[in-house]
Amino acid sequence: MRRPKSGAKGEGTKYKMKEILERLEEKRNQARLGGGQKRIDAQHGRGKLTARERIDLLLDEDSFEEYDMFVEHRCADFGMEDTKFAGDGVVTGSGTINGRLVYVYSQDFTVFGGSLSETHAQKIIKVMDMAMKVGAPVIGLNDSGGARIQEGVAALGGYADVFQKNILASGVVPQISMIMGPCAGGAVYSPAMTDFIFMVEDTSYMFVTGPDVVKTVTNEVVTQEELGGASTHTTKSGVADKAFSNDVEALAQLRRFMDFLPLNNREPAPVRPTFDKPDRIEDSLDSVIPSNPNKPYDMHEVITKMVDEGDFFEIQPNHAGNIIVGMARMDGQTVGIVANQPMVLAGCLDIDSSKKAARFVRFCDCFNIPIVTLVDVPGFLPGTAQEYGGIIKHGAKLLFAYGEATVPKITIITRKAYGGAYDVMASKHLRGDLNYAWPKAEIAVMGAKGAVEILYRKEKDEPEKIAERTKEYEDLFANPFVAAQRGFIDEVIMPHSTRKRVITGLRKLANKHLENPWKKHDNIPL
Amino acid sequence: MFKKILIANRGEIACRVMKTAKAMGIKTVAVYSDADEDALHVEMADEAVHIGPAAAAESYLIADKILQAAKDTGAEAIHPGYGFLSERASFVEAVQAAGLTFIGPDPKAIEAMGDKITSKKLAAEAGVSTVPGHMGIIADADEAVKISAEIGYPVMLKASAGGGGKGMRIAWNDEEAREGYISAQNEARTSFADDRVFIEKFVEEPRHIEIQVLGDKHGNVIYLGERECSIQRRHQKVIEEAPSPFLDEATRKAMGEESVALAKAVDYHSAGTVEFIVDKNKNFYFLEMNTRLQVEHPVTEHITGVDLVEQMLRVANGEKLSMTQDDVKLKGWSMETRVYAEDPFRGFLPSIGRLTRYLPPEASDTVRVDTGVYEGAEISMFYDPMIAKLITTGETREEAIAAQRTALDEYYIRGIAHNIPFLSALMAHPKFQAGDMTTNFIAEEYPDGFEGGALAPEVREAMIVAATFINAVERSRASQIEGQIAEPRSPQEKAWIVSIEGEDVQTTIIPIEDHAEVGIGTKRIAITSNWVPGQPVFHAKIGDREFAMEIDREPLGWTLTCDGVAENIRVQTERAAALHALMPEKVAPDTSKFLLCPMPGLIVSVSAQEGDEVKAGQALAVVEAMKMENILRAEKDATVKSVKAKAGDSLAVDEVIIEFE
Repeated sequence: MRRPKSGAKGEGTKYKMKEILERLEEKRNQARLGGGQKRIDAQHGRGKLTARERIDLLLDEDSFEEYDMFVEHRCADFGMEDTKFAGDGVVTGSGTINGRLVYVYSQDFTVFGGSLSETHAQKIIKVMDMAMKVGAPVIGLNDSGGARIQEGVAALGGYADVFQKNILASGVVPQISMIMGPCAGGAVYSPAMTDFIFMVEDTSYMFVTGPDVVKTVTNEVVTQEELGGASTHTTKSGVADKAFSNDVEALAQLRRFMDFLPLNNREPAPVRPTFDKPDRIEDSLDSVIPSNPNKPYDMHEVITKMVDEGDFFEIQPNHAGNIIVGMARMDGQTVGIVANQPMVLAGCLDIDSSKKAARFVRFCDCFNIPIVTLVDVPGFLPGTAQEYGGIIKHGAKLLFAYGEATVPKITIITRKAYGGAYDVMASKHLRGDLNYAWPKAEIAVMGAKGAVEILYRKEKDEPEKIAERTKEYEDLFANPFVAAQRGFIDEVIMPHSTRKRVITGLRKLANKHLENPWKKHDNIPL
Repeated sequence: MFKKILIANRGEIACRVMKTAKAMGIKTVAVYSDADEDALHVEMADEAVHIGPAAAAESYLIADKILQAAKDTGAEAIHPGYGFLSERASFVEAVQAAGLTFIGPDPKAIEAMGDKITSKKLAAEAGVSTVPGHMGIIADADEAVKISAEIGYPVMLKASAGGGGKGMRIAWNDEEAREGYISAQNEARTSFADDRVFIEKFVEEPRHIEIQVLGDKHGNVIYLGERECSIQRRHQKVIEEAPSPFLDEATRKAMGEESVALAKAVDYHSAGTVEFIVDKNKNFYFLEMNTRLQVEHPVTEHITGVDLVEQMLRVANGEKLSMTQDDVKLKGWSMETRVYAEDPFRGFLPSIGRLTRYLPPEASDTVRVDTGVYEGAEISMFYDPMIAKLITTGETREEAIAAQRTALDEYYIRGIAHNIPFLSALMAHPKFQAGDMTTNFIAEEYPDGFEGGALAPEVREAMIVAATFINAVERSRASQIEGQIAEPRSPQEKAWIVSIEGEDVQTTIIPIEDHAEVGIGTKRIAITSNWVPGQPVFHAKIGDREFAMEIDREPLGWTLTCDGVAENIRVQTERAAALHALMPEKVAPDTSKFLLCPMPGLIVSVSAQEGDEVKAGQALAVVEAMKMENILRAEKDATVKSVKAKAGDSLAVDEVIIEFE
């Protein structure tokens, strides 16, 4: 071999670099295959995409930068030393969604069933650390059979390390979990501590113990789907926030959802240009409240007509339907919407709806998202089921969440605001910034009929007198004026101008500064 | 002229009358029931008087309340609109007795024409051709059979006092004539408290063509051409047009002159309509005369230039007709569709509720919308579920149809189900476009009900272009969010896969100054549109045609509705489309195993229990929706697996009541 002349040293390096590059490319290609073509086909056969395909759909084209592609496990038991796959069952890295930075980990079911090893966990922690350092959301695409049994306690430790990281990241950067396959046992607790859990219908499930264990311990016979499928968690348990019909749809909607979120707790809610006029008048809102006060109406109509372009991303649409929560934009900027829904249980507050709304309000407050609350609440749901279930403490969660929130809070009472539930729903007393009422609003301790039955118990057998008293009570309280006199309502507004008023309010509150007293952390009634 | 009139009606016709009255400087008084407190006609009127509860029988049909309202407000005349009291001679007499003017014909004419048997006798005497039939009273079923046989089958048995399709039977043989007589009589008795039935020849390949007449109180009567209303569903008119594509000048003249003769025979004044049935050989037979303003009067107005309401007001005021028959010239073509709150995909079940979104097409020289509703209004169970009449006018029939199609595409209604997809499909139907129709058109062309129109190739292509454009606009906007570290690639830099009707089509898009060019294969199609995200209707010029499409967001694209066809269209990158192809097809749950709640409502009772064997047609549950009880029956023999709902439950549409094995 000819010795390189001086000055031509580069040639040798070049040759070497080429070789390295070739090897690198070969290794990359191998890593990209994950558990191999057969397992990829099996994954597709189950109606699921692979870890990398999912990342492709989630992120902007060619924006993904992968980290730790060549990490391998270090387990030497049960013959594991002979089976190693580059990446060790999880693909991690960063990329952009509509140009904005996010960190991602995507579990690879084709490698050891996506099971979590010590190194797998370390990869996840690495992206979480990066995300916290630079202030960008973390998205987990979960598809894992659980802890890697061969590693024993090392895998368990890995889980706990991830949990600890989830806890520290909570309230610093948004954390989103998309469950796209199995997620059982200890694995559920990482998603459980993230801000939102989404699921894919038919192909994902979550439970602490599976059907077999359930059968052994309690003799209950239940399928995986019934125990922890998407429909169970989006309707019954409320564990999941929304379900999508397949991987492609789920990831497209996740992109849409991410556009609503700020990148971290130091940044304001993001603005995206809108074509919807801020002063758009909606005359039809003037007729949305039925003349019969006991007749329901769909609060969704008020929301979609108020927000930009009717675009509303509802969270938990099928769980605790008596309250509606979700993301929307007003004047281009993200707002959180909380609204009582008269169509379901007359819009009353109960255990599930209080928990659902409280968590949402706290998320908004963490991440500087203004909260717009639409109130039509007849009170708390009575009954033993509620009391035994601890409605006192659960209702207090929502009260607490609203009271501690320092983001801009605008409240519109559309119809009823009765009793303790009035106080809870972002009332003036809980530092509501702008509290409006529509002309038909009634702010009272309770409905006129109930109030009169208590106030005039002696006259209960004289229907004429009762009717008269009821009218008297209605005249006094079945309107927004008494509350307005006391300053509990800032202004009575016309329904058709709601959008305009809320946007004007948000603009005025853009520089709102409010701090809670110093504390290590509060003690919300969990 | 009157200074103030009262309109004894509601909905679109009340608004229609007020419009002309206002233009003539006449003050208007509306009457309204509890259900119409916030109705458009109340808002439009100068004064409004509440006349009682929602049910028409307790408000709009009570003559005394209306007369009182007229007295209280000082109205000098009453316009009855159509329906309600418009053809009640006793009401007209009461109006006149109260010293007020009735804007319509005299009670004698109404009475004479109101009875099918009397009107036919009068028509025959006036030399008007009538359908061969028996005019007299029929003693019993045996006589009915005898008469039917004499006329020759097929025959039609009809309640004398009936209207619409009530109490009507067709018989093809003796046995059917016997049965038909008995059931027509029963129905006549219960519906009209008048069990007289008459029998006539059943006309084959019949077309419904009617003549508009107009008379004054001085003995002058003219006719204003015809309207064809052959497109009917269960004897309710769906599409009306003027002129008729079927008539020639000679037939038109003959029908017109006979109509005038009939009107003169009863000293008719005001606007009236003589309805004929016309057979395939252009033989026409008198059906009945409607002594009021017809629902479909606008099409006549547009081809004659005559405001019929104005004429009614002038005639009622005693003025002479300002025109003669020679002045009547028919110009252009006008077409009316009736937009109804009924679901064509569910057997035209009425749909009631709130119009959460209501954006009618913009009115212009070619488009007219007569309506009594607005966004946020309620379509109530108490009255006819008509939302509006859409009238389009052009030089030719083709132009009128084209204008209808665009206007129907633009008509955006949400909150309730409506029949626009059906109307669009009718407008797109080649036989209808050719004018080839009979009153059986809908029954023959849609024997199993309506399952949606067919997607025409040019509309399909326009949808692909539109979806590519919408996608580009949405994605460009999405890439303008703040807080970016990298600029996402613009939509024009890559190819898109548009999935429509299960097929993937590759497209590209390039912006060129004020428009864009969409590539499909080797084709380049120009599209110009001012659409921005959030607008519910997409207007665009695609190629050289103007399109309007309704847009509804979907997870991976949009549902575009055009020509009455709604297509869920996905627009994805090539990569996403390739991966989407790996997704399993979701099988829609087999609903035949369930008894579903057909409308939002309250379960009154469930009569089946677990393990019951039920027979087809057996009543299984009763659902109350808006105070109406609906009996739900088994569609086939089945065994009940489980009962999912109980009395008192409030169910949404399509919720499961009973599951079968």
